[in-house]
Amino acid sequence: MSNTAARSTRRGDRLRGRALATVLPPLVLVGALLGGWEAYVDSGSTSSFVLPAPHSIATALWDNAGLLAANLKPTATEVVLGIMLALVLGFALAVLIHLSAPLRRAIYPLAIGSQAVPIAVIAPLLVFWWGFGMFPKLVVILLICFFPVLVTTVDGLAAVDPDQLKLMRTLDASRWQAFRFAELPAALPAAISGARIALTVGVIGAYIAESQTATFGGHAGLGHEINADLTALQTPRAYAAAVVLFAFAIACFYALALAERRLAPWANRPTGEHR
Amino acid sequence: MPTELQSRARPSVPRTGHGEAIVLENVSRSYRERRGAVVQALAGVSLRASPSEIVAVVGPSGCGKTTLLELICGLQAPEEGSIACAPAVLMPQRDLLLPWLTAVDNAALALRIARLARGQARDRAAELFAELGLDGFQHAYPRELSGGMRQRVAFLRTLLSGKPVLCLDEPFGALDAITRGEMQDWLARALASEPRTVVLVTHDVEEAIVLADRVVVLSPRPGRVIEELEVDLARPRARTGAAVIALRERALDGLQLAAAARAGTA
Repeated sequence: MSNTAARSTRRGDRLRGRALATVLPPLVLVGALLGGWEAYVDSGSTSSFVLPAPHSIATALWDNAGLLAANLKPTATEVVLGIMLALVLGFALAVLIHLSAPLRRAIYPLAIGSQAVPIAVIAPLLVFWWGFGMFPKLVVILLICFFPVLVTTVDGLAAVDPDQLKLMRTLDASRWQAFRFAELPAALPAAISGARIALTVGVIGAYIAESQTATFGGHAGLGHEINADLTALQTPRAYAAAVVLFAFAIACFYALALAERRLAPWANRPTGEHR
Repeated sequence: MPTELQSRARPSVPRTGHGEAIVLENVSRSYRERRGAVVQALAGVSLRASPSEIVAVVGPSGCGKTTLLELICGLQAPEEGSIACAPAVLMPQRDLLLPWLTAVDNAALALRIARLARGQARDRAAELFAELGLDGFQHAYPRELSGGMRQRVAFLRTLLSGKPVLCLDEPFGALDAITRGEMQDWLARALASEPRTVVLVTHDVEEAIVLADRVVVLSPRPGRVIEELEVDLARPRARTGAAVIALRERALDGLQLAAAARAGTA
């Protein structure tokens, strides 16, 4: 009896130890960075308009919690919807490129080139077509985010074992069946990796979208808020809004890692931390 | 290129007319290596198999055995000679189980491809699991199975394609000696209860003699038939039986002669 009790305490210790090992490294790193930052600002070598101290950002975060939450809502909606559109478009283009060599030659260079076009160039057109609502912002995020999904999915589809396709042929699979049973599931983990890149780029995409296409009315999003605060020299609040974006991106990334475990459990690989 | 995948109707391999399951006449095939050198894989190979016959093809590595099977299955076309064959299915060297499907779904793959509903396909595959010593592993994923079990699931997948000719490409090559022996016994039993025409490619002469009705010995590349041995022995055959050992010596002598002749000409 005492033996089992001792074992279970040891197990409890080990679990606590593991939780500590998970939380401690990022806490230490963040603590050190914040401490260095605070000391740098205290030394007086910059102006607080240029770089506010962490404690004043924390105060701004606390004082403007309601405002920031109200602005997070449209931004988060833009990111989530924009990413979904990007996933659909990136995946669909990848499949077309994979299945047809002429389409590959036609689409791929255009897709690559599209990434070099500054959004500012086409933003007026997007607003001219779709006005000041959310849709033109979704289009901006879509344009920025479909590319990583496209590239990783194309590579994932092309990486399918040729012997696997030979096997599908000997079992009399049609082209569609070979795609459905062998290629599509094989490419799924790659597509999800692309989605993770897209997601993190998508948050900055939302900022670009809000900066480049105007919105009427209040609570136009965190990107809009940041620009307004910087112009009004409300630098701590701009930083506070950036902190919210920062946390949102991290939350989305890990949410997707959870989804990956559900969607492609066989892939069973490191997801950025331990397995 | 995956775009070369053909659809289900594959008329490239004509059917045999006269009671034979496989007729290869004087078949040659070469392929181009990546650096541009042309490699002659098979040179004038003739081979016949009657229905339910088990033909083993042995030869040194690189003698075109895999090419021979792919020709029979219609995955390649011959450059010279003719092939007529009943519908044939290939069981490749690697099991190639799909990691995202359970054992039973992998086994049922051919049935799903034949457009059976998922439930029906599963039921039909699951019926055979006990027979193959896989009972209880229906819902295991391939990574949870041992090498021998994976190979059995791959065999079941091949069997359930329903084709009368099975082309087995070194099915036990990747297994350890003990598992391989077990799998050979198991395959002999499976084919006794479910007779098919089998072309078994192996580099293990003993395996060929234990399992086959006839052993065809191929020369080193370019592969040509140098000897055909009838294995007229009662089943089950013990690997250590005197008749098995005598036949094995004959086959190995043939292989050595061919190797020596090749060294002489080179």
